[in-house]
Amino acid sequence: MKKIVNKHPLAIRWFHWINFPVLGVMIWSGLLIYWANDVYAVKIGGQQLIKFFPDSWYKALHVPFHLAEGMAYHFVFMWLFFINGLLYVAYTAVSGEWRYLLPDRRSWREAGLVVLHDLRIRKTAPPQKKYNAAQRIAYSAIILMGIGSLITGLAIYKPIQFKWLAWLCGGYEAARLEHFILTIGYCLFFVVHIVQVILAGWRNFQSMITGFEVLKAAPEGEEQSTKPLTPLKP
Amino acid sequence: MKEQVVSENKILRKSLVAFTVFILAFAAGITAWKAIRREPQADKIPKTLRKGLNANEAFFSGLFNRDRLVPVYPKSQAAAKARVNGDLGLKDASFDAAKWKLQVVRGAGDTLFLCLDEIRKLPKTEVVFDFKCIEGWSQKTWWGGVRFSDFARIYHLEGQTKMGYVGMSTPDKAYYVGIDMPSILQPQTILCYELNGKPLPMNQGYPLRLIIPVKYGIKHLKRIGTIYFSNDRPADYWAEQGYDYYSGH
Repeated sequence: MKKIVNKHPLAIRWFHWINFPVLGVMIWSGLLIYWANDVYAVKIGGQQLIKFFPDSWYKALHVPFHLAEGMAYHFVFMWLFFINGLLYVAYTAVSGEWRYLLPDRRSWREAGLVVLHDLRIRKTAPPQKKYNAAQRIAYSAIILMGIGSLITGLAIYKPIQFKWLAWLCGGYEAARLEHFILTIGYCLFFVVHIVQVILAGWRNFQSMITGFEVLKAAPEGEEQSTKPLTPLKP
Repeated sequence: MKEQVVSENKILRKSLVAFTVFILAFAAGITAWKAIRREPQADKIPKTLRKGLNANEAFFSGLFNRDRLVPVYPKSQAAAKARVNGDLGLKDASFDAAKWKLQVVRGAGDTLFLCLDEIRKLPKTEVVFDFKCIEGWSQKTWWGGVRFSDFARIYHLEGQTKMGYVGMSTPDKAYYVGIDMPSILQPQTILCYELNGKPLPMNQGYPLRLIIPVKYGIKHLKRIGTIYFSNDRPADYWAEQGYDYYSGH
């Protein structure tokens, strides 16, 4: 006999794994669209630091001259992204999962400690339930970013029929820039997420597929709170 | 989170089911993706995507409101030099602007011929708006001409404007667009003969071009030769190249 903890409800696992390829298609098709007017760069004092994106990247990814194709994929898959996201938020709200997810008053203070712990600077991590403080902030932020992508996207897609949205974004061109920045945000999130998942190990990863995590029989003397994936009782 | 004590057998069984479903679902996703990629195309994009774009059109054209105006700006904000992004339909070297007449096909064997002076006499409408190219850039530009809805009223095109679409093409037929009737009748849509208060330059479609602020630039046909009306979708150059037929804002 072993002790397991039911970590991720079935619905959330589906939403997560549907979102992964759908967001992938959105980013790829978005890149095909962006290429046709690739004006963004990071500049400091007239010096160009980063150009979005270097021609070699485009070439390697077969991006050039696929604007029409990109738009077609983008405006069909946007529905999947929207519906899946909407169901995720609705489920999280109704099921009470939001309690694990939303940052609480301590999260803002603790997030820094979590990061220090993850960077191996601090030995112990603050106690947590399903998600630590940094996760709560990150996973809530990603929902806001998704909503932001929908709002800025709609403002670019139908800037007249939804001109109040375009206005809210600061105009059509501002909406396009914001939409782009959010996408860069997803890519950065993805990198950190993957690194964290690898570091957290197989038991954590498979719980996103099976839903449960087998708890290690706690050896003598080990502190519960130092094992970031062994949750405390709710 | 709920903790449970379960047998190792049960853990194994639950894991097996979950991973099987996961792998099957992933395989299904990849299969669906490959099917779309390999599908026969409809105007240069996979059929499913074309259906999706048309469904989007049905949905968003339902939200279209003719009275919802495109934001306008003072003339002082208009670009001194409007960007020229294409010369489709303008490449015919034998084109003689002096002999040009707009042809408005009212019906079979019933075509109205109008010269530029006749069009210039009609009530003039000016619009300074953010011209949006499908490539992603936009530019505030100032155009002048006759509102299409005024034009249709003055020339008694009531019957024709009850149809579903307007088609337009350049004199050489190299460029052609199809536009849904609600968008062409939007009050900022003009048959345009002026840019920045001066006659249209050749590369902007002299003598007459379409300015339709509720659409991407691909619909703003330069150098209109023929206008016709139809209940079926008129041919559209860029839609045939894979773009959305509606391309509206």
